[in-house]
Amino acid sequence: MVTSVLVAFAGALGAPWVYRGLGNRAGWVLALLPLGLTLYFSSLLPAVLAGQTLRHGVAWVPSLGVGLSFYLDGLSLLFALLITGIGTFIVIYSGGYLKGHPDLGRFYLVILLFMASMLGLVLADNIVTLFVMWELTSLTSYLLIGFNHTEFRSRRAATQALFVTAGGGLALLAGLILLAGMGGSWEISELLTKGEVLRAHPWYLGALVLVLVGAFTKSAQFPFHFWLPNAMEAPTPVSAYLHSATMVKAGVYLLARLQPALGGTEVWSSTLMAFGLATLLTGATLTFRQTDLKRLLAYSTVAALGALVFAIGAVPLTSYYGAVGFAAFLLAHSLYKGGLFMAAGAVDHEVGTRDVSQLSGLFRAMPITGVAVGLSALSLAGLPPVLGFIGKEALYAAFLEAAPAWMTGLAVLGFAVGVTLALILTVPFFRGQPPEGVHEGSPSLWLGPVVLAGLGLLVGLFPGLYNPLADAVASAVKGAPVAYHLKLWHGLNLPLLLSLVTVLLGVGLYFLYPRLLAWMAREPIPGPESAYVGLMRGLMRFSGKLERLLQSGSLRAYLVWTFMGLVALVGLALLRGDGLLWPQLQGLHPGQAVLLALMLLSALAALRLRSHLATVVVVGIVGAGVAIVFLLQNAPDLAITQFLVETLTAVLIALVLLQIRRIGAVPRGRFLDKLVALSFGGILTLLMLAMLAQPMSPHLAQFFAEKSLPEGFGRNIVNVILVDFRGLDTFGEITVVGLAGLGVYALLKGLRKEGKP
Amino acid sequence: MNTLILRTTSSFLFTLLLLLSVFLLFRGHNEPGGGFIGALVAVGAYALYALAHGLKAARKLLPLHPLRLVGWGLLVALLSALVALFLNKPLMTGVWFSLFGVKVGTPVIFDIGVYLTVFGALLSALFGLEETARTGGQEGG
Repeated sequence: MVTSVLVAFAGALGAPWVYRGLGNRAGWVLALLPLGLTLYFSSLLPAVLAGQTLRHGVAWVPSLGVGLSFYLDGLSLLFALLITGIGTFIVIYSGGYLKGHPDLGRFYLVILLFMASMLGLVLADNIVTLFVMWELTSLTSYLLIGFNHTEFRSRRAATQALFVTAGGGLALLAGLILLAGMGGSWEISELLTKGEVLRAHPWYLGALVLVLVGAFTKSAQFPFHFWLPNAMEAPTPVSAYLHSATMVKAGVYLLARLQPALGGTEVWSSTLMAFGLATLLTGATLTFRQTDLKRLLAYSTVAALGALVFAIGAVPLTSYYGAVGFAAFLLAHSLYKGGLFMAAGAVDHEVGTRDVSQLSGLFRAMPITGVAVGLSALSLAGLPPVLGFIGKEALYAAFLEAAPAWMTGLAVLGFAVGVTLALILTVPFFRGQPPEGVHEGSPSLWLGPVVLAGLGLLVGLFPGLYNPLADAVASAVKGAPVAYHLKLWHGLNLPLLLSLVTVLLGVGLYFLYPRLLAWMAREPIPGPESAYVGLMRGLMRFSGKLERLLQSGSLRAYLVWTFMGLVALVGLALLRGDGLLWPQLQGLHPGQAVLLALMLLSALAALRLRSHLATVVVVGIVGAGVAIVFLLQNAPDLAITQFLVETLTAVLIALVLLQIRRIGAVPRGRFLDKLVALSFGGILTLLMLAMLAQPMSPHLAQFFAEKSLPEGFGRNIVNVILVDFRGLDTFGEITVVGLAGLGVYALLKGLRKEGKP
Repeated sequence: MNTLILRTTSSFLFTLLLLLSVFLLFRGHNEPGGGFIGALVAVGAYALYALAHGLKAARKLLPLHPLRLVGWGLLVALLSALVALFLNKPLMTGVWFSLFGVKVGTPVIFDIGVYLTVFGALLSALFGLEETARTGGQEGG
């Protein structure tokens, strides 16, 4: 399992080369990667269906509880199959849809990276792994939504999606850390067994709220739903993949995953059901403002995500309908929505418009796509004999069991809009004359929609095919074994009656659609998005003010801020600590005394000299003196470094002075400069004295001296500490050095550009 | 700076200092030295040469852009840290093996990464000065 995720990442990194080598056929070849993964995960089906859970992991940073550990049960297996299976068709589809796009190689890279992160996310057992993958999906989706980066609208949509989901990610991080602290483990599989402890913990509510914010932002729940329709600026393969089956379901996945641990309380069920229902109704209502195919589908996705969250909230309140409805509806929605998005893109690609009011007679021009759309729309409407019907029936049964009547009624209304949308989508295929010159697209464009729609029909006709996996998924969500018989016909019962009402309502709404559209599209409705826009505008204004205050462009001002900031921080630490202490000092050797006198003289000279070069030299003497002190104290590494840094500084300043020819004498210090210099020097002196006054602990020095040779295989303790014991710190430091070099280079280059007339 | 002595000696010193920097890099694990110190010496070699012959001439002595060295350095350091993962050990565990009779370990490779990064970053700053100077000089003159 670890290997499969690594293979997915490695394959993604190789994608641009495959594209460069194969050109337009690369899509078919690259699809072998997700296809191979699909086959691999299918081969694990028998074991998982037999009730096993597979765990596999490698140590990463075990001292911090971070491991690359993965966990496979019914829930993660269904998601893994969806991600890799739909991913296969998406990769093929991209090859046809974006044919000839100059950045197609990069597109393959990012979408496969996304697939790999998503796979890692649903398989992760370790909380840190889960979070890293979660953030990776946010970052890659940012790149995918903003793929047409020359368009302002797609950049804005990408930024919005990133801000909302990554902001939620921060809340999730805090929530997950709390969970790990409460349960005493970083592995989700262990936390799932400690549900009682977690629910009784005083931090339960805090952790729950934080996790919910993370999941709700990712899965576009009310009031964070607005980013999803805006993300339709992305190329269609992205919408079909990220915004149907995968990324937006990550939040749903997380809630379902944690249901056995966090669920079962009043607050869990009521919160999830309330927000799920609100999202379902929001998505359904806003459908009536759109005529754009992709945006219509996006709002329907928002509604479906709301229904899924509602179902998870209902799981603890129902015997098994909640979990089973979740399992059936999840698969149904992923299949029909992925197919519909791809078909919408194919229509756009061939006809040149996505506006439903402009489309007509498409069935005659594009019969294969037409069949796929028809089947998927049946599923969307929740009509027999497709899987969507079974999913919706199970959900209705769950709502009837768990929710009050008024909630069920509202949910029926929400689902009725699904019927309306199905009509809106299919009618253009059969009404009127086909546009001239439009024909079926290449196989890569219709293969995905046809297969996904076909699967929906197949599973609808023979629910037994999906039944074992659905039971495994439901058991994982419920946290207890569930056995249920999925079938099309349950006899005359209340859910069937509700389905009937849904269809009637939906058809009625369809006839009202033109009037509702005219009424709702007239003026903008203030929603949570206005709050987002206001927040961003305020943030920009605030940072503008802060920038004018701090980043004045004067080097002198920067130095004053930096030094005085340090003085304040260190001073505060000293005051709050043991206060000012006077260490016991040993006497000076004559040699040391001479050295110190020399350094003091140079420092005083630096104050009086008026030539830049001479100032550099005398300051250099002070630095060299410090190096000699290090040498006398038996620290050759430090001394060498100090000497070299001093030398290089002097040489660099000399070089700069050579470049800047017109320069006067060093100006006399102003009052502020003197104040800053005195306080910075003074506070550092006090800090040194306070440190010397502390009793020196020999513990660390002893440890390194003892372990350096046997464990680090080096006699130079300083070097072994740098590259081995504290290697991670060093890695951080060289990254900073590298970035600083890049920054200096960019600044100087910027100067050059400005200098050009 | 146009002094004959500096011009002549700097060419020799440049080579010597570069050799010294590599020497310092590799002895660092057992004796005073290491990647950071070695890189500083190497930058010193370039700075000395630049003082004598000008930044343009010094730049010609490096066949590739110094920022590429930063990238390579970070990559080398990262890869050396990842080796342990493939042996099912925690990240950054030192792995030692023998290559043609010479003892090599991932910490040493990591140190090479440090060397390349520091060297590249400081040289980028140094050569950046030259690029500013080219146009700055034209303006002044």
